[in-house]
Order: sequence, then structure tokens, then C-alpha cells
Amino acid sequence: MNSNKRIHLLVDTVKMALIIAIACGLVSVIVFTVSEEPMNAIYNFFIGPFTSVRRIGNIIEAASPLVFTALAVIIIFGSGQFSMIAEGAFFIGTSGAMMAAIALDLPAGIHPIVAIGFAGVLGAIVALIPALLKMRWNVSELVTSIMLNYVVQFFAIYLVNYHFREVSSSSMASLEFKDTSRLQVVLDGTRIHSGVILGLVLCVLMWLFLYRTSFGTKLRITGDNSLFAKYSGLKVTWIMVLAQVIAGAVAGMGGGAELLGMYNRFKWSASPGYGWTGIVVALLARKNPLLVPLSAAFIGYLNVGADIMARNSDVGREMVDIIQGVMMFLIAADALLQGWKQRMIVKAAKAEAGQEVQA
Amino acid sequence: MNLISYICSPDFIFMWIRVATPILLAALGAAVCSKAGVVNLGLEGTMLISALFGVLASVYGGSLFWGLVGGLASALIVSAIFAYFHLILNANNVLCGTAINTAATGLTIFVLQVATGEKGNSSSLKSFAFPNLEIPIIKDIPVIGEVLSGHNTLTYVALLMVVLVYILLYKTPLGLRMRAVGENPDAASSVGQNVIKIRFIAILICGALNGLGGMYLSMGYLNMFVRDMVAGRGFIALAACSMGQSNPIGTLVSSMVFAFFDGLSNILQVLKIPSEFIQMLPYLATIIGLTVYSIQQSVVAKQKMKKQKEA
Repeated sequence: MNSNKRIHLLVDTVKMALIIAIACGLVSVIVFTVSEEPMNAIYNFFIGPFTSVRRIGNIIEAASPLVFTALAVIIIFGSGQFSMIAEGAFFIGTSGAMMAAIALDLPAGIHPIVAIGFAGVLGAIVALIPALLKMRWNVSELVTSIMLNYVVQFFAIYLVNYHFREVSSSSMASLEFKDTSRLQVVLDGTRIHSGVILGLVLCVLMWLFLYRTSFGTKLRITGDNSLFAKYSGLKVTWIMVLAQVIAGAVAGMGGGAELLGMYNRFKWSASPGYGWTGIVVALLARKNPLLVPLSAAFIGYLNVGADIMARNSDVGREMVDIIQGVMMFLIAADALLQGWKQRMIVKAAKAEAGQEVQA
Repeated sequence: MNLISYICSPDFIFMWIRVATPILLAALGAAVCSKAGVVNLGLEGTMLISALFGVLASVYGGSLFWGLVGGLASALIVSAIFAYFHLILNANNVLCGTAINTAATGLTIFVLQVATGEKGNSSSLKSFAFPNLEIPIIKDIPVIGEVLSGHNTLTYVALLMVVLVYILLYKTPLGLRMRAVGENPDAASSVGQNVIKIRFIAILICGALNGLGGMYLSMGYLNMFVRDMVAGRGFIALAACSMGQSNPIGTLVSSMVFAFFDGLSNILQVLKIPSEFIQMLPYLATIIGLTVYSIQQSVVAKQKMKKQKEA
């Protein structure tokens, strides 16, 4: 048994290393094909993010929203559901936090907590819709959640345009948030805010929840084999619904934390897509909450690198989306390296059997 | 009241058919795929990629023909990648589809920037578009002529595809095999059918239909590529396919239902409703449509159970 676990870990690690190497290789290939000054672009992409404290801060800032959406994806996929609602829950969270930050008058310590809490509630409500439709009438949560993401996006923009708009601004922007609502910067010289700490705490809580509570265990059983769970007497549909509600709340809080930590007005005219990127982060973390900060930091690093490269060279930042898509393909490919794993397991089993015979 | 009379006018019905075309093409593709037991979430990205590469190939090839070839080839390549990862490397189909969509958004903008220097649209390129067709006799009939004649070539191709896909699925050996593989892969495999090969073919056919749908957007509906121009139509097509029970005729009907709200959102913009609500209408209609359909399905299922118990 023990040797099997070791083999799994080894193969998984090699696979991840391989995928990261392929991703970096692909970056170089693309840059060399399209760029007039490839070395400059590559330098900016790979080394650029580490050239100043502010830029290293940027990596963590970019990773912060992804931590929340990745956690949401882990819970939803972990319960065996394919709801893409992390995207919509995140965006409705930002608009919820915006409303609370503009409309409420609260003291400094409490204001952001209330705003992020409200964001979480809105996220949970949005995530509940496809979950309930699925539970009650078996409507595909995959399609309804994606459609709902569009609905939520337009609704959030409606809120800004018709109720919280800064009239004097020519481009779309909300009124300025109250100073009391802003999240504090925790590291001087960067914009790393206390929302990042909230994200890290949530990672630990989520791990405890999934692996150290009975509900978490039920959730994982349901995700692995819902029929088995059902015949074991678990209330499968309720577990799935609850998982999506928790995920919605986490993603919503992420939206709130991102908005209050990084901005003083609501300026998105379209959803930034952190819910979709969260899927890559969740897969890269092997669906383990404790690895989420690391994988979010890696994806954040790629994005910051792409931004710096786009500013300083002739290669566009959209390259990073291609890389993320390719990584998603490779990670999802279960059969990759499977043959090698199989051979090692067989070999280990034979060796064990041989020992037993000798004994 | 003015609105209702407008909806009944030939102008609106003409536009209705126009906006239904891309949804119908993609939904037919999805129908072939799902009959063979594969849910293809990559419709959105496949359409986007073929929309761009159709335009680019027509520019560099210098003719509409090369545009068609380029658009179809790009869609087939993307579908083959999807099929390879899903069928051969055992990757989950939802993740594969999401991967395609993620990569497609970036890839199209990236390639567009390399080709034109702009990130927004391809208006600086002189690309070719599929011509509109006047149908000889029908165009002279008063109202019907206005509605049915003068559409884009691909619109007629889409209607033809409804028939062809129907024939493929229900009248050919390959279609029978696809349905068998979709219904029960193990049973089909046990009588010697190559499940992977048949599904691969289904995904490629789906890709070709998607390619046509994508090209219609950039080489018919509009005369240029615009970033993110598919705007969820691939997902709506998926909903249309499942509401039509993956049957070509049902898919046609449900595509028309969803397209109705798409068309409605085009004309409602004159009303004094916040434009955001009008923009969300097609997506909201899809959710409601799917829900109503599923409620009806569950009622039917319950009645069947009752009858069986009584018998």
C-alpha cells in the first residue's frame, strides 16, 4: 500500500513538473515565432516579475482572487458537479461589496467585514440557483451556470450604471468607496492587502473542512462515486447543493476582497474571468486546498510576466491564455504517464510478492 | 402593441432566421456529438477560432474558397485535439472544452494582433464574405419571398444540414453506430464496434458544423472578426441541443426558440428598459427554457412510473 502511495506522488510530481516545463517551453516557442526581439520578450516574461519588490507584490496580488475561485472550483468539482458558477459568484461578490462600500456608514474595522460578508451571501445565492434547478428538476448545472454567469455580469454592470455611477466620469466607474471600507495594505511598498491573508486562512479552513470533518468526507465520497454514496444512505443531492452554496460564498468573498483591496471604484465593464482561471489553478493544485496558494502564485506569475512583456516588447499578453488552455488540457489528461505509473506499481507489487514468498 | 406588430412583420422574421443560423449550426454539431455520447463544451472556442481563421485564410488566400478551407481546417484541428485528449488520453470532456474555450479567447486576440496590429477587430483586412442568395421563384411571392429569400448562403446550408444530419443519424450505418455507442458504449464495444473511432468521427463532424457556424459570424452576419464575437452562442447551442433531445428536428425548433430572444434583444434596444436587461435576455431565456423543458420531462417521467405501477 505504502509503495503505491509513493508511486502516485512521484508520478503526480513528475507530471506537474513536466507540464510546467512544457508551458515554459511553449512560451519560448510562441515568442520566437512572432517577436522581432525574442530575447527581450523572454527576459521580460520570465525574469521581469522578479526585478522589483513591487512586481513580486504584483504576483501575489494577481494570485489573490485566483485563490478564492480555485477553492470554489475544488469544492464544486469535488462534489462531482460541473457548475461553472465561480465566475458569476465572484463577479456578483464584487458588486455586492461595492454596494456595501458606497451605501453603508460603518467604522473602519467592521465595514470591510460586513461588505465581504455581504459579497459572500450574494455569491452563495447565485450559486444556489443552478444547484436547486439541478436538484429539483435535473436541469444541467453546466449550461445554466454558464448562462447565469452572463446574466450576473450584465446585472452587476446595470447596478453600477443605474444606481452607483460616478456621473462626472466619462468612462464607466462607480462612486468612490468610503475610506472605512478599504482593506489595509499589509506589506509596505506593495499593494498586498489583508484579503490575501483571508485567502490563505480559507485555504487551511477548506482543507480542514474537506479532510477533517464528517461533512467533508461525505462530500468527497459523493464526488468520487455518487451512486455508492446514495446507497450508503447519504443525502447526495443536499450534499451537492450545500457544496455549491459554500463554493459560491467563497468565490463571492473573493470578489469582495479583490474589489476592496485593489480598487477604490468599480470599473469593470466585463467580468475579468477569474472563475475560469480558477479552474486551471484548482487542477494545478491537484484539488488540494493547501497547494492552492502555490499554484495560484504560479498562474499569477505567468500573468504578471505577460503584462510586463506586453508593455516592454511586441508580444501581446493574451499569450498567457493560450498557455493556460494548454496546461488545462495536459493536467486533465489522466492517461498521461499512466503507463509508466502502471509499470512501477506492477513492479512494486511483484517485489512485495517475491518477499512474501521468501519469507 | 407596436412591438407585437413589429414581431409579426417580415423584417423581424428575416432577422430571426439570421440570428438563428449560427446557433442552429453549432447545435446540430452538438447533436451529433451527444448522440455519440460526448458533451462537447468546446463549441464556443471552436466557433471563435474558425471565425478568425476563416477571415484570415480568405485574406491571405485571396478568395472565399480559401476562407472556407481555412475556417473548416482550423475547426477540424481544434476538434481533433479535443477528441485526442478526451478519447485517447482520458481527459474529462468538460475540462477539455473549457481548455479549448480558454485557449481560443487568447489565441484569437493574439493572432489578430499579429496579423493586423489591432486587438479589437479585423476591419483593416479586406476579407471575403459568403454571398446572399436570392431564390428564383420564391423571391417573387409577396411576404414569403421577403422572409425566405435573400439570406446568406450559410443560412441555407444550415437548413440543409438539418436534413443531412437527420439522414446521417437515422438512415446510415454510421449514424446507427453512433447512436449505439452513445446509448451504451459497453454493449456496442462487445459486438465489435470501435467506440473511440466512432466518437472521434462524431467529434470531427461536430467540428465541421461548428466551423460553418463560426464562419457565418465573421463572414456573413458581420463582414469582419470581432474579439469574443461568439458571445455565449456555443453554450446556447449546447442548451438547444439538449432541449431538442439531440434530434435534428428538435434541435432546429429549440434553436429557433432561443434565437427568438436573441432577435428580440436586437429590437428592444429602442425601448426605455436598461440596456443591460435586454442584453441578458437571450441567456435568461435559455435558463428558463431549459428549466421548463426539464420540468415537463420530469412530469412525463412521473406519469410513466404511475402507469407502470398501475399496470
